Amino acid sequence: MSILILAEYNENILSSSTSRLVGAAKKIGGEIDVLIVGDDVKNLAQQLAKIAGVNKVLLANDRVFKHQKADVLCKILKDIIIPYSHFFASSNSVGKAVIPRLAAELDFMPISDVMFIHSKNKFDRPIYAGNAIETISTKEKKILATIRSSAFVPVEQGNDAKIENVKIGEIKSKVEFIKSTNVNSDKVDLSTAAIVVAGGQAFESKENFQMLYELADVLNAGVGATRAAVDLGFAPNEMQIGVSGKIIAPELYIAIGISGALQHLAGISGAKKIIAINSDADAPMMKQADVALVGDLKTILPELIKKLAQ
Amino acid sequence: MGQNMKILVAVKRVVDHNVKIRIKSDSQSVDKDNVRMSMNPFCKHALEEAVQIKESGKADEVVAVCVGSKKASDVLLTALAMGADRAILVQSDAELETLVIAKLLQKIVEQEKPDLVLMGKQSVDIDASQTPQMLAGLLDWGQATFVCKIGIDGKKLTVTREVDYGLQELSLNLPAVISADLGLNKPRNVALPMVMRAKKKPLNIFQVADFEVDISSRLKIEKISEPPTRSGGKNITSIDELVDEIKIISDKLEMVK
Ligand SMILES: Cc1cc2nc3c(=O)[nH]c(=O)nc-3n(C[C@H](O)[C@H](O)[C@H](O)COP(=O)(O)OP(=O)(O)OC[C@H]3O[C@@H](n4cnc5c(N)ncnc54)[C@H](O)[C@@H]3O)c2cc1C
Repeated sequence: MSILILAEYNENILSSSTSRLVGAAKKIGGEIDVLIVGDDVKNLAQQLAKIAGVNKVLLANDRVFKHQKADVLCKILKDIIIPYSHFFASSNSVGKAVIPRLAAELDFMPISDVMFIHSKNKFDRPIYAGNAIETISTKEKKILATIRSSAFVPVEQGNDAKIENVKIGEIKSKVEFIKSTNVNSDKVDLSTAAIVVAGGQAFESKENFQMLYELADVLNAGVGATRAAVDLGFAPNEMQIGVSGKIIAPELYIAIGISGALQHLAGISGAKKIIAINSDADAPMMKQADVALVGDLKTILPELIKKLAQ
Repeated sequence: MGQNMKILVAVKRVVDHNVKIRIKSDSQSVDKDNVRMSMNPFCKHALEEAVQIKESGKADEVVAVCVGSKKASDVLLTALAMGADRAILVQSDAELETLVIAKLLQKIVEQEKPDLVLMGKQSVDIDASQTPQMLAGLLDWGQATFVCKIGIDGKKLTVTREVDYGLQELSLNLPAVISADLGLNKPRNVALPMVMRAKKKPLNIFQVADFEVDISSRLKIEKISEPPTRSGGKNITSIDELVDEIKIISDKLEMVK
């Protein structure tokens, strides 16, 4: 048995999700290799080599891999994954775009969003926005899966794995990158933040939403939003939490002016503690919360920020 | 044939997203008898976009296709009412895996020869987010997933994707497969007269067996279970208590750091 993991990064920063996927792979056992694909990512390969339990790091470094386009990744992955029994990517926007395409090209049935590993071929994954958990087993010779990284604990640092260059032939993409609004990475990463504060439609404006950033600053927290807040332009799409946004599992989730629609709750089922602030005591979020405070966010937030900053 | 595009939209029939689902007592499936079923919301966005493209004069025909049971013709009727010109049902009484559905859609694409395939980015039942990418791979077409904006200039598309770190703009040539996100548009509601008119539009029915596709499952559902429930918490009434509750956690985290 041998497992290959696709490393996740943004710009020039590694995401902790790769280390979490190594943690997940350890539940299966066997040799664990990590692959990084990108343009100018040699230094990231060196960081990956330090993750405990990694056998070797494969480095596919070429201009063509900039922006990690799905069709290009599939072209090299087809060969790279041949020796492996498992190929894992995190269920982020790269992994979700690549794994199903690659699997279909190789005629394997992949598994999405694994949140628990029973054995080498038996996994749990959420269905119906997390309202049911499906336990599935597979007999596929090669298991391709996306993994919900927030459901697994990162492994320690402390290793000096060898780095191997992957041979790259002539590859062309069918898509052309134009531009991106890549958000600055000086913000706390929402996906892995220990504390997340999030707001919904109730904020009424982008200006009011700024209070949430102030609160996050005091707590060194990540900031999230509901789909409704994204649709209204209060927050950018990458802040959306839920079944069609980010899935998080912080130590503390503070939900402010969020009703708690099941599509939203799907994104926070892994949260250890939930505090909810809502003007409606009967909002579903208030029923889910460990601690609930009824009130108007517009009066509570300024005072809360002031008191926490003291 | 006109100069313009032909668009194929794949739509799925699912338990309505507002329904609180119930797991059957055998722990093998979710109850779909006597519950409200509807078109997967993400597919609705895909279909709406196709119809808007046609209305803007950039497409000649919109064909909706569904792989599902006989009952799925209700979802196709909705698609026709929303503005699709014709519909295709690939009938299967068994539940099919995403890879099988992608292979069946590939057959339909070979028959229909669309320039663009639009699909929802995930379905709210199994939340797999696989079929569009699979279809693109099988066809060796360009793909753009999680799309919230589409611009068309001749045979070239400009799309904006909702990705983890913001928005990403790409351009790609037709033919292509695009998966729709919620921000793409606001799907229209269908009024009764639209449904009445839709009943006159063509609906072709094929059987899965008409295509040479192996429909056997590769995954085995061992069981379906309830997620762990959160036991309700306590109510507090003051901001000072709130500060205390937050500090219990934030102080602990500080220590770990
Ligand atoms: C297919 C599909 C996928 C979806 N995916 C997602 C997803 O991934 N993530 C997501 O979040 N949503 C998703 N949604 C949308 C979801 O169904 C809800 O519409 C959305 O989460 C509601 O957002 P909200 O809580 O901000 O707004 P609302 O439901 O309108 O709730 C606002 C809340 O604020 C409270 N409030 C109002 N004023 C105040 C005040 N002054 N002070 C304090 N509280 C106040 C109200 O009591 C209410 O509880 C999806 C929907 C569909 C159909």
